[in-house]
Amino acid sequence: MTRIAAAAILAASLVLAVAADAQQAPPARVAAPVIKIEKGEACVAPADEMRRNHMKMLLHQRDRTMRQGLREPQHSLKGCVECHASRDTGSVLGKEGFCSSCHEYTAVKIDCFQCHTPLRQAPAAARRP
Amino acid sequence: MSPERRQFLAWGAAAAAGSALAPGLRLVELAQARSPEEAASKLQRWGLLIDITKCGGCDDCVTACHAENGVSGHGRPETDAQWIRKLSVRDKRTGYAQALPLMCQHCEHPPCVDVCPTGASFKRDDGIVLVDKHTCIGCRYCVLACPYGARSFIHEAVSGQKADVPRGKGTVESCTLCVHRVDRGETPACVEACNRDGGKAMAFGDLNDAASAIHRRLKSEASGQIRADLALNTGVRYQGL
Repeated sequence: MTRIAAAAILAASLVLAVAADAQQAPPARVAAPVIKIEKGEACVAPADEMRRNHMKMLLHQRDRTMRQGLREPQHSLKGCVECHASRDTGSVLGKEGFCSSCHEYTAVKIDCFQCHTPLRQAPAAARRP
Repeated sequence: MSPERRQFLAWGAAAAAGSALAPGLRLVELAQARSPEEAASKLQRWGLLIDITKCGGCDDCVTACHAENGVSGHGRPETDAQWIRKLSVRDKRTGYAQALPLMCQHCEHPPCVDVCPTGASFKRDDGIVLVDKHTCIGCRYCVLACPYGARSFIHEAVSGQKADVPRGKGTVESCTLCVHRVDRGETPACVEACNRDGGKAMAFGDLNDAASAIHRRLKSEASGQIRADLALNTGVRYQGL
């Protein structure tokens, strides 16, 4: 009998604890990244694969372009920037930038943009006055 | 592998490639723009022919190069990047003065590639000498090794780069023969500017392609290399020097 009572008390306290958690969840210490997909169409691979492997794709493409002169558009950094740059700032960097917001969250430093431009190129029509 | 053996193998490869295609259907196409899926080929060797007698006082080639590649300085000529420059030479005895544009000479045996400790300085299969800034550590051995002073070190952080021409602090850079334009089947910016606004002194083409204008001119007219004594077999040739 005492055992059943103890079990009941434990269960009740657990329920209470869960309810308390739900009411006042501690604020996240790091703000979640903002993932803003500017272009609605599909990327070059499914999102899961892109999240896990985009750096490998860029690394391989980088060597192919640099060393062999293969400029396939599929995995080019220029292509990433063209699609994913913010339509407001024109950049993949910045507070809500497509690259920078996740990279800040995960604390992975990227140095692509020390040399490469993070800015989307103006469309050909807009360039002409 | 010795250069002779390498050349022999290249001829062998060229002969094999030639015999595999139908007659009359080869090599001419190779001078056209490659598709993005096609790698740079050893069958080609890009180069320039510069007729100094036609080179006047303008610096349109320099302006066009730096505009095309987003090369901007900080108003400090000693350390600012310089991909191409106009050089004035004068015969001390006679006083005869000439001006010529000087840039990376895209050597067949580039000293900058020999000295690079990381393999960042390399020659592409089609003869264009480039710096892979991903692996460049900024040691500047190549800057010292280049007999033409063609390389620049980037001392300060860069912004406003062109999408096709990444540039960054702590790396070495030089004329790329406008590799991004060549890959699209266009001519380098300096050549385009010279033929549009300048003295029509510069020509660009495939030195290996017997059908190209540059090949025919090199075969029929006198031309030379700067510091030919170094036997680097430069891809940039001069006339009237």
